[in-house]
Amino acid sequence: MNDVRSHLSIRNLNVFYGDLQVLKNISLDIPDRKISVIIGPSGCGKTTLLKSMNRLLDHVDEVRVDGEVLVDGEDIYGPNVEVTRIRKKMGLLSQKPQVLPMSIYDNIAYGPRIHGHRDRKRLDFIVRNYLSAAGLWEEVKDRLHHPASRLSVGQQQRLCLARGLAVEPEIILGDEPTSALDPQSSQRIERRLVELKKDYTVVVVTHILRQARRIADYIVFLYLGELVEHGPAQDVFANPRDPRTRAYLTGEIS
Amino acid sequence: MNKRRLVERFWKALMIASTAVVIGCLLFIVVTVIWKGLPALSLSMITRIPKGGYYLGKEGGILNAILGSLYLALGATALACVLSLPVVIFLNVYCRKRSRLAELTRFSFDVLWGIPSIVYGAFGFVLMVYFGMRTSLLAGIVTVALLEVPIMSRAIDEVIKLVPRELKEASYSLGATRLETSLKVIIRQCLPGILTGILIAFGRGIGDAASVLFTAGFTDRIPTSLGQPAATLPLAIFFQLGTPFPEVRQRAYASAAILTILILFISVLARVLSRRYTKHVIR
Ligand SMILES: Nc1ncnc2c1ncn2[C@@H]1O[C@H](COP(=O)(O)OP(=O)(O)OP(=O)(O)O)[C@@H](O)[C@H]1O
Ligand SMILES: [Mg+2]
Repeated sequence: MNDVRSHLSIRNLNVFYGDLQVLKNISLDIPDRKISVIIGPSGCGKTTLLKSMNRLLDHVDEVRVDGEVLVDGEDIYGPNVEVTRIRKKMGLLSQKPQVLPMSIYDNIAYGPRIHGHRDRKRLDFIVRNYLSAAGLWEEVKDRLHHPASRLSVGQQQRLCLARGLAVEPEIILGDEPTSALDPQSSQRIERRLVELKKDYTVVVVTHILRQARRIADYIVFLYLGELVEHGPAQDVFANPRDPRTRAYLTGEIS
Repeated sequence: MNKRRLVERFWKALMIASTAVVIGCLLFIVVTVIWKGLPALSLSMITRIPKGGYYLGKEGGILNAILGSLYLALGATALACVLSLPVVIFLNVYCRKRSRLAELTRFSFDVLWGIPSIVYGAFGFVLMVYFGMRTSLLAGIVTVALLEVPIMSRAIDEVIKLVPRELKEASYSLGATRLETSLKVIIRQCLPGILTGILIAFGRGIGDAASVLFTAGFTDRIPTSLGQPAATLPLAIFFQLGTPFPEVRQRAYASAAILTILILFISVLARVLSRRYTKHVIR
């Protein structure tokens, strides 16, 4: 890992909600162009860690963050950082797919339009390109101007993926992106993520260990806000170093 | 077991009864007004302005009041929108959940909502005197807009509050600013509710008599500029009801029927519009 440049590094990150400390002194390098999977029991701070990476925590009241999150070497919590520019570098998939209240086409074009693309032809191309990348183009190409809310949940999640890709990020973040989906749709999303890792750095939270085993290249194990163990997936699964990791992997703690 | 069923039935019956009373009231009002007003309702009533001696039972119509009311309520509602939307977006998108300022603003709206409209009229009159204005359409519009703002803001606030946090986050995570998120996502998501809020305020504005009495004044002419006084339907009803002549009093009911039909029409229009805009709404 030492020769790998990292898009995304975390240095001594502490996060507090009011008086409650939910992340305790986390330091971590997320490997480039790999799938890193954050695992850990419910409430251990997985979502918080993920949201600290694109500063969505800014929108939580009473939150305090200290430490650094470096994206391409720049501390995103530093002064004079434009948060919209940071967020543009990352696409986010949430637990429940959240399509925007507009048509399928406009959902994809939303990000590019905000970032200044106006040209109709160019937008058409973007929409087609990223819908294909998310594996949705064939299903929706004849109804691009229908409301996105009418798609099935599985399709909506792929639409969210395409929408995230359309702002041309470097990093894809997913917070349990398959937990609201049926097995087949989950599998599709997993396959997409595996395909996308050749161009993107992917960070996914999951509580499904089998999913982690299927897709992870790198494992990050959190327990009660502490970073207990992280490392290449084969190593962590085969030889967990910390007893807590072992207990979690064998299902003794959950 | 039996007792629980009985209790269930009792309360359900009570709910149905209350619902019936509410719908019954609406029907009763509409039927009374139309039944009493219909005989006096004529084409000339809605196409002509009062001739001399109209209030003594002579010829003419109340086109002046119909148009006056429409101008006034449309102007006031537009002005109220311009004031309300920024406030509500500020409260919901820019303020923290438990911010003092937001709490104070919501509290002010609740108080303002409860203030009787005659007080708004008096306040508007004080403003007019201060600025050396006469009774005019503009003064009426400003006063009625002030009356509408708390109603509209509170109604829209309740809708925007319900926007799921995740939906806003989806927009933010694409690099949108708070303003872009408000204008392109939140307003779209809430459009049906916003339209309803605007409609409620419009209904309140077009139906209010006390706030326009000193501010818009009353005239038999149709206003051609913001500086001229304007007649309004509620005041037309009031003046006609106050005469000793039965045929003029009947015209009051006809005027009331026109006002009611106007409000019904706008309600239906808003329903249709908001149905058109619900297709994109995320549930
Ligand atoms: N807005 C908030 N205010 C206060 N406490 C919060 C807030 N959000 C989360 N928490 C607390 O912070 C801790 C970590 O929450 P987080 O959502 O990051 O956990 P998680 O690992 O994602 O859990 P899950 O697997 O259930 O999604 C939890 O104890 C939670 O109760
Ligand atoms: Mg979570």
